[in-house]
Amino acid sequence: MELPRYHRLRSAFYRLQATRCGACQAIHFPPRRRCLQCGSENPEEVRLSGRGRVLSVTRVYQPARGFSDAVGTLTALIELQEGIRITAQLTDVEPEEVETGQEVEMVVRRLRGDEEQGLIVYGYKFRPVMKGHGAEGRERA
Amino acid sequence: MRDVSIIGVGQTPVGEHWDRSLRELGVEAVRSALADAGLERPQALFAGNMLSGVLCNQENLATLLADFAGFPGVEAIKIEAACASGAAVVRAAQWAVASGAHDLVVAVGIEKMTDLGIDGITAGLATAADADYEAAHGISFTALNALLMRLYMERYGYSRADFAPFVVTAHENGVHNPQAMFRETVTVDDFLNSPMVADPISILDSSPVCDGAAAVVLCPSEQARSFTDRPIKILASATATDTIGLGPRKDPLWFEAAYQSAQRAYRQAGLQPGDIDFFELHDAFTIVSAMSLEAAGFAERGQGVRFALECNIHRHGKLPISTQGGLKARGHPVGASGTYQIVEAVNQLRGQGGANQVEDCRLGMTQSIGGMASVAVTHILGL
Repeated sequence: MELPRYHRLRSAFYRLQATRCGACQAIHFPPRRRCLQCGSENPEEVRLSGRGRVLSVTRVYQPARGFSDAVGTLTALIELQEGIRITAQLTDVEPEEVETGQEVEMVVRRLRGDEEQGLIVYGYKFRPVMKGHGAEGRERA
Repeated sequence: MRDVSIIGVGQTPVGEHWDRSLRELGVEAVRSALADAGLERPQALFAGNMLSGVLCNQENLATLLADFAGFPGVEAIKIEAACASGAAVVRAAQWAVASGAHDLVVAVGIEKMTDLGIDGITAGLATAADADYEAAHGISFTALNALLMRLYMERYGYSRADFAPFVVTAHENGVHNPQAMFRETVTVDDFLNSPMVADPISILDSSPVCDGAAAVVLCPSEQARSFTDRPIKILASATATDTIGLGPRKDPLWFEAAYQSAQRAYRQAGLQPGDIDFFELHDAFTIVSAMSLEAAGFAERGQGVRFALECNIHRHGKLPISTQGGLKARGHPVGASGTYQIVEAVNQLRGQGGANQVEDCRLGMTQSIGGMASVAVTHILGL
């Protein structure tokens, strides 16, 4: 990924920064200026919870160039607590441990690191929520 | 606006053309379509293509093809709409003729994919997704379609085996198409035992990487009979779009772009799904076939797979699909596939379908889908 592009995307990639429509409150990720629901153009920036559940999942055996170390990794369609959906890789989990409906939380992980410019790109991935650990545990603490 | 007809068609065989270049394939299809129309030179050439820049380091593609086809000087523009580029280019040529801007336009769909390895091609195809929020995360089209297929199977209660009829039927038809990449049958067992690409999508759920070019020549319907005694009318030509990413959709298991483009096409032609005699659909993956049948109004939601299981889709069924092998067996040179569908539909309507001829057909529909069904182009053709 090109450095300027990575720089522009840092809020979304590191913090799941989204937009909430000032008029109808609809949340959008990727962020968008004009609301898909009502057409209003006064969004405010919000940070998503990063918590959700797996709606669908696939194990990928034929990755794209730049993701050759991703053979056998998991890609999921996730529904976040805010009611919006996002596609992302799963991490910290074995394929046979994943099932639809499973609760997951966002973490920041390396997306790819073999860029020609030597850039290592980090961004959001999701991992299963473990009882007593992760965000849930921290909230209790 | 003027009515528009197709007066010539041409196509190259689809396959891995190691010894043939982008320009050679394109020129062959263009010259073949022009010869079919009895024409030497069009007034404009539009090239439908998705990835010539990424896969062949060649842009300005329409100029290249006009030059090497032997008529530099004509208007020439490339049209891109991801995997639907080959249909979008016919849509663009149809505007050009309908508006009166030109009388004779050749539209060529072309893709040369096999110069790169599969990882490079997968990365190239991923440029049709959201570059920042899908492709940058290593999410390929096969993965996106696999997410849909699993969701579909779980929501509607199907097994992998239930998707087999799409593959078996396409390959049966491919056997009899001399231009097809795969001319052998596959069995349900072959399908079930084929290796996974992104589960539950296997190699045999997927259309192949390949090269090819197909072309059509368009003119105003009122002039068509001076070129051919079998002109085919473009009764509808309609494009629609959806969100580029899968995430933001209201329902991921509904192809809104395909639905809207089909509805616009039915309205333009004054027809309904029940009037259509055969349907060249976008069988890039089996799940896309099922959801296209639903979006185009041939099956209820969740019933696309049932529709195929009930033997409706073979050549003598209620709605023959992929009559010359479809993307699955004829092959899916991405930016060319939409044009192949239209060439095949024209041949069916002319009675030149060969061993795959659909009997007594008068109305054919084609639907080409690009990206994660984020763009769709539907045509209805008739005698």
